[in-house]
Amino acid sequence: MTFALRGVGVRRAGAVRPALSEVTLGIEAGEQVALIGPSGAGKTTLLHVLAGAIQPSDGELSAFGELPWQLPHGARHALRSRIFLAPQTPPMPPRQRVVTAVLAGCLPRWGFWKSLASLIRPAAPDAAFDALARFNLQDKLYERVDRLSGGERQRCGMARLLVSDASALLVDEPLSALDPTLSRQTLAVLQQEAATRRAVLVCSLHQVELARSLFPRIIGLRDGQVVFDAAREAVTDQMIDALYHHAAVTPAPETAAGDLSAQPVRGARC
Amino acid sequence: MIGALLLAVLCWPMLVYTEFNPLTLLEAQSLEATWRFLSDFFPPAHSAEFLMMALQATWETVAIATAGLTLALLGAVPLTLMATSIVSVSQLESGRMRLAGRLLRQAVRWLLVLLRSVPELVWALLFVRIVGLGPTAGVLAIALTYCGMLGKVYAEILESSDGHATATLLENGAGRLAALCYGALPEAAAELLSYTTYRWECAIRGSVVMGFVGAGGLGQRMDESLKMLAGGEVASMLLIFVLLVACADGISSALRKRLG
Repeated sequence: MTFALRGVGVRRAGAVRPALSEVTLGIEAGEQVALIGPSGAGKTTLLHVLAGAIQPSDGELSAFGELPWQLPHGARHALRSRIFLAPQTPPMPPRQRVVTAVLAGCLPRWGFWKSLASLIRPAAPDAAFDALARFNLQDKLYERVDRLSGGERQRCGMARLLVSDASALLVDEPLSALDPTLSRQTLAVLQQEAATRRAVLVCSLHQVELARSLFPRIIGLRDGQVVFDAAREAVTDQMIDALYHHAAVTPAPETAAGDLSAQPVRGARC
Repeated sequence: MIGALLLAVLCWPMLVYTEFNPLTLLEAQSLEATWRFLSDFFPPAHSAEFLMMALQATWETVAIATAGLTLALLGAVPLTLMATSIVSVSQLESGRMRLAGRLLRQAVRWLLVLLRSVPELVWALLFVRIVGLGPTAGVLAIALTYCGMLGKVYAEILESSDGHATATLLENGAGRLAALCYGALPEAAAELLSYTTYRWECAIRGSVVMGFVGAGGLGQRMDESLKMLAGGEVASMLLIFVLLVACADGISSALRKRLG
């Protein structure tokens, strides 16, 4: 079992509702899971919990058979290098070269001096080139990060995932800046890579159709709770509708809105 | 109106007590002395012997500033890494640092305050007592004060840069220093560099001032010239200061351009 969560809850300081509550699930090595649910459901928080990046306020997380939050500081940090978390918009320094940004994925296994030397002369440009080539970005190798488009930057973040040697890949909405064709290609690369490494792949997605057609297991999350956790075949349209069905939002009466816009703007200084 | 009157009534005895009398500036004797001194400024001294001496003193000043700043950097870089919260893994995990980390950071911040709260001139006076007249006192004084300034400002530059890139690397298991070098440093480098060259410029000026208390360099020569009322020499040395600062400015902008 790569990940096991028992009754995990995350409560942020000052928040009214917990970001996650009572999440219990297990993910076996090599499993590929799609995480779906409306915005604000807690998908990103769950990925961060799995990565050991934020400490759950309740419950227990085990990763690779160890309990990260009971390990000493250093051992926990070492465990993190076996998990790769790719955030939705990979924050990269705008002035960095793409090759350096990609090779940053190697930092956990490189010593400090090698990392430092690689800032000046990239230590493994071939690895970065190969990783970028799988996303058709090989010609951007020595480009500056701020010259990339949003979609290119997102794939550059995933190239970083490819050069890491993690055995659990957590990807947060990898397709948010990609067109439909690129989306399929990118997911295919991620799934292929996870399969060859026998790594866990957990991918949060807003593209429900893609999730249902490509991932064998789907977890539906809403309001910080797991609504369903089922094999692809067992997920029905009704379950999806219920997951995304918004609580009846009473729209503001039109007359009131009209009145507001008709009023002269007063008191608009602050 | 009443306030002004009150102020005048209050200030008058003080002015009398301090023997402040602006009219002495206009007395014939003072005017003549001033005129003689200022008219000496032109032409600035330019004999070969004086220029050689000034060149040597300038070299000494630049050397004091550079050596002092290098020593300051040796102390400031590790202190910065200890003082900045951007590489705190525990802050990432739970929103607050571990107690040990917080204590260390607080201790380092206090040390930095202590180092920079004593003006370099005071450090210089202290060191002149300990190691005697000469450049060593100046170098040590600059090293201590500037270590405090650089450490504080470096830590703040790093903290005000976008911490997300560093945090992402830390979350994926990178070492703290490596995460800093790949995350925050590329963005902060230009600002760090320009602050450092600006401090070098300040150190040159500072070493001149410290020369007056006997810490060597151009300042000591200027002190001597002033005491001998040699206006021409003072003028030449002031011109040299302007050139030095302009030079530091040029180096700074050239470095920034290369980084940008």
